[in-house]
Amino acid sequence: MTTAPRPAPGSPRDYSFPSIERSTLPNGMRIAVAPMPRLPLVTVLALVDAGASCDAAGREGAASLTIRALAEGTTRLDGATLTEKFELLGTGLSSSSDWDDATAHIAVTPERLDPAMALLGEVLTTPAFAPKDVERLKGERLAELMQQQVEPRGLADDKFAEYLFVPGSRYALPEGGSMTSVRALDAGQLRALHSARYVPGATTLVFAGDVTSARAVQLAERAFGGWHGAMPPGARVDDRVSSAGRQVHIVNKAGAPQSELRIGHGGVPRSHADYFAIVVMNALLGGLFSSRINLNLRERNAFTYGARSSFEWRRGAGPFVVSTAVKTEVSDAAAREILLEIGKMREEKVSADELSLATAYLDGVFPIRYETTNAVAQAIAIAQVYGLGDDYYTRYREHIRAVTADDVLRAAQNFLHPENLLVLAVGDATAIRAPMEQLGAGAVSVHEAPAEDGAPA
Amino acid sequence: MPIPLDTYRLRNGLFVTLSEDHSAPIVAVNLWYHVGSANEREGRTGFAHLFEHMLFQGSEHVGANEHFELIQRAGGTLNGSTWLDRTNYFETVPSNQLAVALWLEADRMGALLPAMTQQKLDTQRDVVKNERRWSVDNQPYGTWWERLPSLAFPPSHPFHHSLIGSFEDLTAASLEDIEQFFRTFYTPDNAVLTIAGDFDPAEARALVEQYFGDIPRGVGKPPLAAMAVPARFGEWRREVVEDDVMLPRLFLAFRSPPFGTDGYYAASVCGAVLGMRRGSRLHRTLVREQEVASEATAFTFDLSEGSDLLIIDVTARPGVGVELLETAVAVQVDQLRRDGVTGAEVERAVALIETDFVSAMQSAGERADKLSQFATYFGDPALANVQTDRYRAVTASAVNAFAREALGADNRVSLVYVPRSGEAAA
Repeated sequence: MTTAPRPAPGSPRDYSFPSIERSTLPNGMRIAVAPMPRLPLVTVLALVDAGASCDAAGREGAASLTIRALAEGTTRLDGATLTEKFELLGTGLSSSSDWDDATAHIAVTPERLDPAMALLGEVLTTPAFAPKDVERLKGERLAELMQQQVEPRGLADDKFAEYLFVPGSRYALPEGGSMTSVRALDAGQLRALHSARYVPGATTLVFAGDVTSARAVQLAERAFGGWHGAMPPGARVDDRVSSAGRQVHIVNKAGAPQSELRIGHGGVPRSHADYFAIVVMNALLGGLFSSRINLNLRERNAFTYGARSSFEWRRGAGPFVVSTAVKTEVSDAAAREILLEIGKMREEKVSADELSLATAYLDGVFPIRYETTNAVAQAIAIAQVYGLGDDYYTRYREHIRAVTADDVLRAAQNFLHPENLLVLAVGDATAIRAPMEQLGAGAVSVHEAPAEDGAPA
Repeated sequence: MPIPLDTYRLRNGLFVTLSEDHSAPIVAVNLWYHVGSANEREGRTGFAHLFEHMLFQGSEHVGANEHFELIQRAGGTLNGSTWLDRTNYFETVPSNQLAVALWLEADRMGALLPAMTQQKLDTQRDVVKNERRWSVDNQPYGTWWERLPSLAFPPSHPFHHSLIGSFEDLTAASLEDIEQFFRTFYTPDNAVLTIAGDFDPAEARALVEQYFGDIPRGVGKPPLAAMAVPARFGEWRREVVEDDVMLPRLFLAFRSPPFGTDGYYAASVCGAVLGMRRGSRLHRTLVREQEVASEATAFTFDLSEGSDLLIIDVTARPGVGVELLETAVAVQVDQLRRDGVTGAEVERAVALIETDFVSAMQSAGERADKLSQFATYFGDPALANVQTDRYRAVTASAVNAFAREALGADNRVSLVYVPRSGEAAA
């Protein structure tokens, strides 16, 4: 049978992240081109500094709805015609927002790039925001929120954020807005947001794929040259958490066979100098399949199909959260193990062997992450949003290799806060309330799942 | 731009495809075993998938969970998946780590059983039960993917029963089942191995021979119960499920020609005309114009034997009742069947399918998986290179012929989810 000895790796081959050629149009729009001529495909991604963080109070969801409404028609083409024109070119316009940016992207074969670019330019610079389309998109978002009331994963994510951040923080409400805030939006508000923030000075156009820099710049000039506007002032999110100390919240889902658990606290802004140490620390705690939390909850205790931890990276401090779904009967036992693992991470240094599990993985997997034009374009966009600099991806692997066990311990001690954990469970309150009270994780509050209008029942 | 490939077979029957591409220092290893939930015996629903979990629990020279750890330490990504008619296992690793990925796959193909214990089985059984709770029981509409096959295939058919399995059958699974399933199905002559990406062919061949060459051939697998079914249901079946959901949702399925046949490509294009992206008929009419649906898509299951299914999946807008939703969908299907599709609609669908294909083929793992798919089902991975041509060859009249044949009222299954009484959305 298989008697061959366990093989050792050969010597690694060099890898370089695609080189990025940059230029700026006279109107201030930045262009980044990563030539990847291997396959006949080009991704074009327009990145606008217009994420959910710029939503005004009471208008949460405006940024998300604005970028989605771009696909619904321009002053020249109605939504159905615009969609058909893109799709006849073999591409669809994907537009979405995140906390810190809004993006619209297409992937197209090089011979169809010229007309696709012309359409993309039209979409960003002359959207129609027809009231009928805006109302329909609002309806789609409201339908999504309504469905989420019985969808425990999304509900748990949103409730965790709601209880974690101070009332009034943009981070306390979903990125796409709440029932109340979405209902209050209208086409005029989206149009105003577009004129203020969708300007060349706040936009970067990223090309990745089978295209030269010269062609990209020429097409960008043709599609966006007539656009004007400088970068508006940035928005700062109040990222304070609502209270110190431990607390437990149960959102009741009567009869649920599982509890969706979210356990965590406030995190760290993306720009933090300890970013790489935190990434490695989190990989060992709950970021990898072979992490402490997943091996404990899944492979040792069989409480769950999977468990993970993450720091959510934003311009402000996003949450640190451990997420899992466990059988109802073991909700408290699973929460207890998570608390223990978070505590242990701060107590002693990881061994060299354990450290290398994360550093070898993050180092080695780097080229695998950037096989596609979409992945490269997204990576360039992220570097732009967080000001990571042009050498970020060329130096990423050396930064990972440089993280030591001392760095990991320091990151755990500085950025994990067992004394301030918020424990949230979406599950059967009748079954889990009493055990959760014994957890020692603070007072337990029970909430009914939200009613249809978004208010507590 | 064809995918380069070279194929051969080991003496023990293992079919090997090598596909070189040196553009990045990455290599994908991909194994398909020609066994899925269809091969489970009575009273063991969910076993093929539970068995997939057991393949990550170590083998003679590999400790429990070490498979994951070794690949991740190598800087690789990995997983496995189970489908009705196949199970696949795959790793993408830096190219200097090819040997370890092959060695791990060979060790579990050749010597899984010495590592199997009751405790590991009990743990994975509970993990899988939690997977079932998470993806099926505690998820709105989560039961659709076991209810629909069970409606669409007769009880005696291998595709009828649940892939994730019942709690009762998962509880019944034993170590003896593991041994029997392994000896019957996890043999080199019931598997295909694909290596795609940055490797030296001579070195890869030597490694494959060294690691897999001595694994004995199997004794053959028992034939499946009859896969053939009539091309049409012969009726319009309808099942209504009251569930913990807020909005009605309709799955409307049609029997359609098996994956890989000429008819399949016509069905697939028909599905794209109906429900691929926002320019499709269902999205344009039901979501955009009539505002009766919040989402509308259509897709095929890609089953290569017996019959495939073309499935329309439409969720209502708040305030829209299930009758209105069902009627609106039926009107679109009837209209397409009666009046046919246009050349421009076919052109749109084929252009989108082509871009998606090129886009997916950028990834070594996706290339390997596609080659394994055609090697498993048809013994010919080179078929991956004619997919674009086969889609381009689909004409509006071929789509219309399919629609006339398959979209009629005598070939429909409706699976309808409605909010539990008293929970209806206003």
